[in-house]
Amino acid sequence: MTTETSAVRYVGGTAVVDLPPQIDSTAEHALNTAYASAAEHGSKSVLLNFAGVDFLSSTGIALIVGVLARARKDGRAISAAGLSDHYREIFEITRLSDFMAIYADENAALKGGTK
Amino acid sequence: MTLTRTFRRVIGRGDTAATAAPARSSSRSRVLETAPVDIAPNDPILDYFHAGSGAVAIDDLHLDSPAVAALRAAGVKLVVPLISQGELIGLLNLGRRLSDQDYSADDRRLLEKLAAQASPAVRVAQLVREQEAEVRARERINQELRVAQLIQQQFLPKTLPDLPGWQVAAFYRAAAEVGGDFYDFIDLPDGKLGLVIGDVSGHGVPAALVMATTRSVLRTEAPRLVAPGRVLERVNEFLDADIPQNMFVTCLYAVLDPRTGALRYANAGHDLPFVRRGAAVEELRATGMPLGAMPGMRYDERETRLGPGDVILLHSDGLAEAHDASRAMFGFPRMRSLMGRLGLGHELIDGLMDDLGRFTGPAWEQEDDITLVTLARSAGVSGEHVLVEFHEPSVAGNERRVMERVAAAIAGVRLDPKRYERLKTAVSEAAMNAIEHGNHGDPDLPVHVRVAVTERELVVRIVDNGGGKEIPEAETPDLEAKLAGLQKPRGWGLFLIKNMVDDLRTHTTETHHTVELVMRLDEKEAAR
Repeated sequence: MTTETSAVRYVGGTAVVDLPPQIDSTAEHALNTAYASAAEHGSKSVLLNFAGVDFLSSTGIALIVGVLARARKDGRAISAAGLSDHYREIFEITRLSDFMAIYADENAALKGGTK
Repeated sequence: MTLTRTFRRVIGRGDTAATAAPARSSSRSRVLETAPVDIAPNDPILDYFHAGSGAVAIDDLHLDSPAVAALRAAGVKLVVPLISQGELIGLLNLGRRLSDQDYSADDRRLLEKLAAQASPAVRVAQLVREQEAEVRARERINQELRVAQLIQQQFLPKTLPDLPGWQVAAFYRAAAEVGGDFYDFIDLPDGKLGLVIGDVSGHGVPAALVMATTRSVLRTEAPRLVAPGRVLERVNEFLDADIPQNMFVTCLYAVLDPRTGALRYANAGHDLPFVRRGAAVEELRATGMPLGAMPGMRYDERETRLGPGDVILLHSDGLAEAHDASRAMFGFPRMRSLMGRLGLGHELIDGLMDDLGRFTGPAWEQEDDITLVTLARSAGVSGEHVLVEFHEPSVAGNERRVMERVAAAIAGVRLDPKRYERLKTAVSEAAMNAIEHGNHGDPDLPVHVRVAVTERELVVRIVDNGGGKEIPEAETPDLEAKLAGLQKPRGWGLFLIKNMVDDLRTHTTETHHTVELVMRLDEKEAAR
């Protein structure tokens, strides 16, 4: 396991992004730089770890949509773990869950989700 | 008057473009070096010039005219009046000919022709100058008005009081020539609230300064004296000593005890507030002279009680005394009848202003400041219980504060945890829309939040100062298009809100957006 930035850990071929507690406009920089370093590292798979997230706004959803759009263009898989029941419901309502695998937690994701 | 003013300028300033140059350079220099010749408006020479008889030989004139004497003293021999559209706009003054001979008939004809051609040009130059002077004067006045506006805005409340169980709304719109309207809310001991509305006679900076002084004295005296009549007496003593002559302040001061609804008030010559109880509208009467008019005044003190559902409206004369195109006045009876029909809070204010718009028509220029302050006691009869009412400044990120304050207020409401989380998300999204779209992130504009429960539902009402433009219908975003980069990733807010709550009600007026987030409560989830 190596760490290139404070927010990204590399586990096998997966870049695990530990998201900050608040996913709204204040998280834009953290999310974009995390994705950029995962891409630079050549990770084929990025796991967004929501375990420490306690607030997710529509602006945050837009950020995730933006990252997801980029990843699809780059041929990189995005998955999510550690969502609360409420935010998991939001991922379903927004249909984000149709485009990314959702796991209960990081362990489940790394066991079943890495390619 | 205008004739002499124009006239003096032409004669008095050798350097102006408006001074037509005489035919000979030597005579020009001789004339222009002399002192300006002033011609009184009743000088008989003016008739001479006006008669349109052309060039006038000064030495041939036998008139009892100070101007003739002055012109002679200045060495002027021949005067050719410049006439434009029948108006004397200047003079062509000529000294002696270089040859010392008299001016010939040919000379005169030539000069008269020259004068006839020069006159319109001189007139145009004069008009341009007048125009420029007017623009400068207007700029000075505008600058003054900006100062007056600045003072005024500085001293009007930035926020409304948080008063659980009460709804407070205020509206102020300055006239082009800023008047001296003001209103204020003063926190008093024992949780009481002071309400002030006033109007300083006059306009502009002087009125704004008197307004600022009145407000300061009121703020100092109100918490100490509490009794509204006593407060006005003190303010009157202060103002009477300092206020410029012929200025005075009308002011209504009331003290509300929010727990009991008791409202004690005194009035210094201000327009009587209206109170609505059920369908009946009445005036709150109390007598007293305006502040600053004379010393030693006493102010009648009255008390009334505002029951659940009652509404009070404090107002300045800018609304009642607005005129339509045929000079008919909006009037108190119309206000009173509207007050009986309209809702409360912003609805009441918007309703009054909308009706004023219909009354005056679109071309109306607001004559005086308009100030409206309304206070309503939540209706207990419908079984509605207001859990919290507050406001937050429109600063990015405050949506989370709004969410947390609402969450704390509804902690006692038996709402399923899942639905509790959904409502929190809806509240933060609606608050973010209010901050960003309604109030454009202006920290001076508050987002109003009110949380109330009835037997059947929990309602979070969020009001911003947007208005005018309807809140769009929530649409399902096209995620495929967003992921393909064909649409921006944003645009999830309204869609989320709609999916989080049982009902989303929106209401738009000229000045405000209201969003109501409704969660139905079944019997188990009913309020405490």
